[in-house]
Amino acid sequence: MHLPKTPTGIGGLDDLTLGGLPTGRPTLLCGAAGCGKTLFGMTFLVNGAVKFGENGVFMSFEEREGDLAANVHSLGFDIDGLVARKKLVIDYVRIERAEIEESGEYDLEGLFVRLGHAIDTVGAKRVVLDTIEALFSGLADSSILRAELRRLFGWLKDKGVTAIITAERGEGQLTRFGIEEYVSDCVILLDNRVQEQVVTRRLRVVKYRGSAHGTNEYPFLIDNEGISVLPITSAGLGHAISDESVPTGVKDLDAMLGIGGYFKGSSILISGLAGTGKSTFGAAFADAACGRGEKCLYFAFEESPDQVVRNMRSVGIDLTTHLKAGLLKFEAARPSLFGFEMHLARMNRDIEQFKPSMIVVDPISAFRGPSTEIHATLIRLADICKTRGITALFTSLSAIDEQMNESERSISSLMDTWISLRDIEADGERNRVLYLLKSRGMSHSKQVREYELSDDGIHLTEPYLGPEGVLTGAARMAQEAREREAENERAELAEQRKRQLTRKRNALERQIAEMRAALDAEEDEASKLVDHQSVRSTSTAADRAAMAKKRGGSR
Amino acid sequence: MTESNGADDESMEFNLRLYVAGQTPKSLAAIANLKRICEDNLAGRYKIEVIDLVVTPQLAAGDQIVAIPTLVRRLPPPLKRMIGDLSNSEKVIVGLDLRPIGKIVS
Repeated sequence: MHLPKTPTGIGGLDDLTLGGLPTGRPTLLCGAAGCGKTLFGMTFLVNGAVKFGENGVFMSFEEREGDLAANVHSLGFDIDGLVARKKLVIDYVRIERAEIEESGEYDLEGLFVRLGHAIDTVGAKRVVLDTIEALFSGLADSSILRAELRRLFGWLKDKGVTAIITAERGEGQLTRFGIEEYVSDCVILLDNRVQEQVVTRRLRVVKYRGSAHGTNEYPFLIDNEGISVLPITSAGLGHAISDESVPTGVKDLDAMLGIGGYFKGSSILISGLAGTGKSTFGAAFADAACGRGEKCLYFAFEESPDQVVRNMRSVGIDLTTHLKAGLLKFEAARPSLFGFEMHLARMNRDIEQFKPSMIVVDPISAFRGPSTEIHATLIRLADICKTRGITALFTSLSAIDEQMNESERSISSLMDTWISLRDIEADGERNRVLYLLKSRGMSHSKQVREYELSDDGIHLTEPYLGPEGVLTGAARMAQEAREREAENERAELAEQRKRQLTRKRNALERQIAEMRAALDAEEDEASKLVDHQSVRSTSTAADRAAMAKKRGGSR
Repeated sequence: MTESNGADDESMEFNLRLYVAGQTPKSLAAIANLKRICEDNLAGRYKIEVIDLVVTPQLAAGDQIVAIPTLVRRLPPPLKRMIGDLSNSEKVIVGLDLRPIGKIVS
């Protein structure tokens, strides 16, 4: 048979208990002072009355009705209204040892009567006893108390109410007075641990008779939105993936990526030194997303939202309109404000509420602490985004001369695309270059590119690549100028040679013409001579003939 | 100056309220014990009101009743409470200041 469960309405808790608390049975909720036990109980009742139509009884042994209502008012719980509408009964049980004398035997029937009366008044299905251990300090005879508590929990079961019994955490045992002995169906432990001066609230389901449940410690969060528990990772890596691309917001960068952008739902890391424009890349990405009408959530850990908006205006990225349109939302908090898991829980809740299609986390390096924790936190954040198909862009500040810092090292394997921003310092100036360290699942440019943050955004320029190596900035420009000059020189030289050649050719041709003219003249003369000769020889013959005739005939 | 506890003022009336739940042996014993103690110490100037919470459960919260039986001394002030079946008369007399200060019971 399936164990019937009563939902608490607390985000995450119902997931990890696979439905809620055991219906009709008491659940023990223990934790040290300040863990949020009372609030937990109150949330259970208010959610029951408001969301699930189940009325409740809150029996308080510590706080007065008025104080209780005031304490949870900030969460938007209208206790007085619920009481007035007979959906909730708050009964404050005051026990002052000094005022009570004992004589002879007694039992706690009075408490049963009060509770029974309260339950019957509103037809309650949910009961919270907060915290019943106060009885131990109010009444001297603990053997009677223990017997009566045992009877009480049995009686609650008979009543069929789902009860939460809170108890103070004890030394070496779950509760100070060992009442876990009597409540054994479901035990939830709340914990408030200080680590590196940062408090993280954690919740653990120690025991849940008759049901499977998440066994880990789960971080939970109490803030003005109430309680939310973060169930850790569906680390099955079973998330659906997408072939679609998401523009980076930088046109030239899109061109470097084989598919014209990041993969939708992928995780992107932009790492770089201080002042390399990591946030600008993040903002450009957010700006492009909002420009397409998609929602973007920007987690700022180092700058206030106004500061980000102002700074981005200087590079021509106007985030104000997106903020006004409700497409962009900032969530700013100092990393040291809570523990990692608290941050994670908060981010998870923000993501759940805002339902963005992309997030920017700026920067992850702001988290300081043990690397295992950073790792776990970031893995979970990346997983949360991946399972929801959210494209997540993380920025990370690297230190000078450090290949990767702790947070980068821990997260690098999670990242699908990693863009490294670097500074190149040469010739008295600093220039920014970027390259794609990796980009899973697509061909991408391996080129180191120089980029500029101008007042109309980020622009990539072709860097100088030549025998001198990679040159950037002024050096690149100087080199380019030098090359241009050399080119000009070469061109001039060639021109000169050409002119010389022409000149030479002209001279030669002139010479040839002269010689030819001379030859012609000679030829002319020669032919004249030949003519002359033939004339002469003809005349000679005639002369001879004439002479012979004159001498007297022929012989 | 001796402290007045009301018990030495002969005109002072004791208003006692005993909370019980049903006719249990403990309840009955408490009622009997209370009557006996009052007769012995406050003859003629006490009033006992027995409230059965099984009949009127709504009255339990008003006097902050947790244990049963509970005896509440409503008058004279200050308000005092005593829980148990009142089988220990001495404790009841001391606890509820039923005996004038300095007066020794023979």
